[in-house]
Amino acid sequence: MSGVALTLRALHHGERHLEQELVAVADRHRTDHEVHHVATDLARWSDEHADRIADAARAHGLDLKGGTEEEPGEGLLSAVREKTAEPPGHPPEPGLLLLRDLRSLHLAAAENSLYWEMLAQYAQAAKDDRLLALSSACHPRTLRQMRWTNAMIKALSPQILTALRTHGDRGASGRALVD
Amino acid sequence: MEFPNDRIARPWGGRTAYGSGGTWPARVDTHLAEGVTTADVEQWVQSASVLHSNGDAMDIAVRNGRIVGVRGRAADRVNRGRLGPKDLFGWQANHAADRLRAPLVREGGRLVECDWDTAMGRVVHHSRELLSARGPGAIGFYTTGQLFLEEYYTLAVLARAGIGTNHLDGNTRLCTSTAAEALKESFGCDGQPGSYADVDHADALALFGHNMAETQPVLWMRVLDRLEGEDPPRLLCVDPRPTVVARHADVHLAPRLGTNVALLNALLHEIVRTDRIDHDFVESHTVGFEELREQVAECTPAWASKICDVPAAAIGRAAELLGGAERLLSTVLQGVYQSHQATAAAVQVNNLHLVRGMLGRPGCGVLQMNGQPTAQNTRETGANGDLPGFRNWQNDQHVAELARIWNVDPSAIPHYAPPTPAMQIFRYAEQGSVRMLWISGTNPAVSLPELARIRGILGQERLFTVVQDLFLTETAQLADVVLPAATWGEKTGTFTNADRTVHLSEKAVEPPGASRPDLDVFLDYARRMDFRDRDGGPLITWSTPEEAFEAWKRCSAGRPCDYTGLTYERLRGGSGIQWPCNEDAPDGTERLYTEGISWAHPDVCESYGKDLVTGAPVEVVEYRSLNPDGKAVVKAAEYLPPHEDTSEEYPLQLTTGRTLYHFHTRTKTGRVPQLDAAAPEVWAELSPAEAAARDLREGDLARITTPRGSLQARVRITDIRDGLVFVPFHYGYWDTPGGHGPASPSEGRAANETTITDWDPASKQPLFKTAAARVERVARGDGTPAPAPTNTASAPSAPDGVPATAGGPRAHATEERP
Repeated sequence: MSGVALTLRALHHGERHLEQELVAVADRHRTDHEVHHVATDLARWSDEHADRIADAARAHGLDLKGGTEEEPGEGLLSAVREKTAEPPGHPPEPGLLLLRDLRSLHLAAAENSLYWEMLAQYAQAAKDDRLLALSSACHPRTLRQMRWTNAMIKALSPQILTALRTHGDRGASGRALVD
Repeated sequence: MEFPNDRIARPWGGRTAYGSGGTWPARVDTHLAEGVTTADVEQWVQSASVLHSNGDAMDIAVRNGRIVGVRGRAADRVNRGRLGPKDLFGWQANHAADRLRAPLVREGGRLVECDWDTAMGRVVHHSRELLSARGPGAIGFYTTGQLFLEEYYTLAVLARAGIGTNHLDGNTRLCTSTAAEALKESFGCDGQPGSYADVDHADALALFGHNMAETQPVLWMRVLDRLEGEDPPRLLCVDPRPTVVARHADVHLAPRLGTNVALLNALLHEIVRTDRIDHDFVESHTVGFEELREQVAECTPAWASKICDVPAAAIGRAAELLGGAERLLSTVLQGVYQSHQATAAAVQVNNLHLVRGMLGRPGCGVLQMNGQPTAQNTRETGANGDLPGFRNWQNDQHVAELARIWNVDPSAIPHYAPPTPAMQIFRYAEQGSVRMLWISGTNPAVSLPELARIRGILGQERLFTVVQDLFLTETAQLADVVLPAATWGEKTGTFTNADRTVHLSEKAVEPPGASRPDLDVFLDYARRMDFRDRDGGPLITWSTPEEAFEAWKRCSAGRPCDYTGLTYERLRGGSGIQWPCNEDAPDGTERLYTEGISWAHPDVCESYGKDLVTGAPVEVVEYRSLNPDGKAVVKAAEYLPPHEDTSEEYPLQLTTGRTLYHFHTRTKTGRVPQLDAAAPEVWAELSPAEAAARDLREGDLARITTPRGSLQARVRITDIRDGLVFVPFHYGYWDTPGGHGPASPSEGRAANETTITDWDPASKQPLFKTAAARVERVARGDGTPAPAPTNTASAPSAPDGVPATAGGPRAHATEERP
């Protein structure tokens, strides 16, 4: 597989993954209303990115449509699985769980951002205007996804972490922070 | 000459027409208690209205130590003597028999009367315990848009530097935070660009989601007088309801809820397409125009018409009205601010003015309105989730300057994250990390969305709630400590209206019983808590309103809201004065941005802006590279579909709103006979087609249900757009058997039983106007029409058989032309 095909495939996977994670986080944190609503809005961007990558990938001999990762509702399912996987009697502290989720969203978006960077660099080197336009259109939104997760962590962590100090140590809580 | 006049039946009174560029003639409105004549009045005490944001100047009539009426102040620039129905009659609430007269504390589950020492002792005890066990983040303050400047400023100092908490916000979050955010996004800083005087000069008026006739009736009188004079302005109204404004409009657009950005992008598309652009202005004073051009390139009227359900041709006519204007005045209020994509939409109105170069000249202005009388002061003083004096929490120099003014270490002022907005403070209380909530002058148990959730939060055992109010409101009934407050007419202070006009409101009478001015309560708390500055002196050095005002002037110096040229003495006697008022502008400032954009430079701006979709704050480096010279920012926004759309189960869109005769949760207006009788009970508005589809007739009892809850209301059939149900949000439970909530789940009365918990990510303003609902008949009426006014947006579609709203002899006021 060519370098660009590998990049497109990885980025397509990354955007689908982020979309599912955003939907899952939106579902898991329904009572953190801003997280719930904004994550839902931002999932739409990743969905659109993945579709546009799949369209562009056809010119490079890749068929990214279809397959298990395209199934709707995957994010919801994974959320349900994660919920049921919590050990009974030791629910993770919700604030810490939120920080953990925001962190993994941020890392997933950062990974996508690096792939967009690679794709844009390839497009310039190979004079592929179509891929350059795709990257220019989508990459800024990926950066906005990163800034959002960072901003939420910045705003929420002072309260969540100082409140926890006084709650005492809880095994499940500690795990949630470092997972 | 006098015109006796029923001012419930004719809320806007008689016309005093005037032409373009003319002076609005004075008309002095007076209402005195029955049996009292002008000759009986012993004293007239200067004040202004606190039952809306317009700042109508008035004198309070006093006789035998009691308020006996009011009279408009002819000299004032805001109202030239006119008063609206709430101004004329609202003062009677001061005398309501159920005013709180003593503090209350919760004992064995019941609130019992006590003295101030006992009540304040409990508050201080809890504060100290929480500070030592959990730190300042365990304490939150939720204030209002209805106190005075001096009170907010004192609260901001004690909360931010005394307690050191980041959790201080106002209910202004529900009414005006999008106005502030939109101004910050476009101009780098809060501050109303325009002036009410722009009404005198404009050749086109555009009201976006602003039912001015009901929310600022006196400003609407000014518009009516222009419409009846020579060279009247053309009028555009964007509102889903058939408001009085809509009935006077040349073009009325009634879009689906949650589609404001699509509509505004289409209007901007047309402005760009027809090149109604002031290219010199755009070049000299703005950045970001190219992004806007790209963003709106595909947003044709045909595209928007599908989203908004408004004819494309009507969008074209509206764009023609805006594009053809030579002096355009736009105003914006809750139809934008409390809707989906609030800030993004409000910013597009600013963009309209920036691309057309319609700013800083007579008749060319934007009024991002406020809902409440003193909301502007909540914003200025930092009691609403900003730092005092429009300072930037992300700018260390600004924080250092504030620390110098307060003589504290900069680290004593939390600025590691944005100040916590109200909805998030309630979330922290829900989660248990905020353990004490001090609520002053507001009634979240009726005014916040999703009331079952809010009652649950306020009712928690682990949350210590202090409520400071005039009455035992729904919220106060859930409190641990209730502090009785003095109100307007019983205390002295200043406040600032939506066009930056500062008024002095003087004490006219003594407050009832042991109730105290809010300022005295905050000062008492600060003394008992023994807050200190960095040298060991008292943090708060003032003890009177005038001293607090002088302290605030020092804090405002050199900032856009500069009050240094004002004194109590200067505010006495004549007209209110618009800030900034300082050495350079000793008579105040009518319009901002007359010589370019002055407060957007990275070093001075209040905010570097936010991502309008995610709400993430822009960082300084990014802002500096985008806007190094401090121009206005033309910020484009993409349309996003609303978060809650209609479905088979909830087929109607639901919006909540206001009526002319009430203010907020009726705490005052529900206790005023003339106002109460004009709109005594909740109702729901439906179009004839939607009513017929549900076999509903005028006056039938219906249930309005959403996933959050339900309420029951009598049906009023109006010319509202199809697919929509409207419910006024004023009605709660204090005057029902339920007391603080519905007596049973099926007996909901408050609109906010049904509203969604969702907010604009940039302004953090909750959405009260974008939800989906189901409406069903509960009982057939007996032919009695719904208890809704007939001379407002709730006018019946078929007036036959619905008696016209009237106030009778007790609602008469005089109108004099001096």
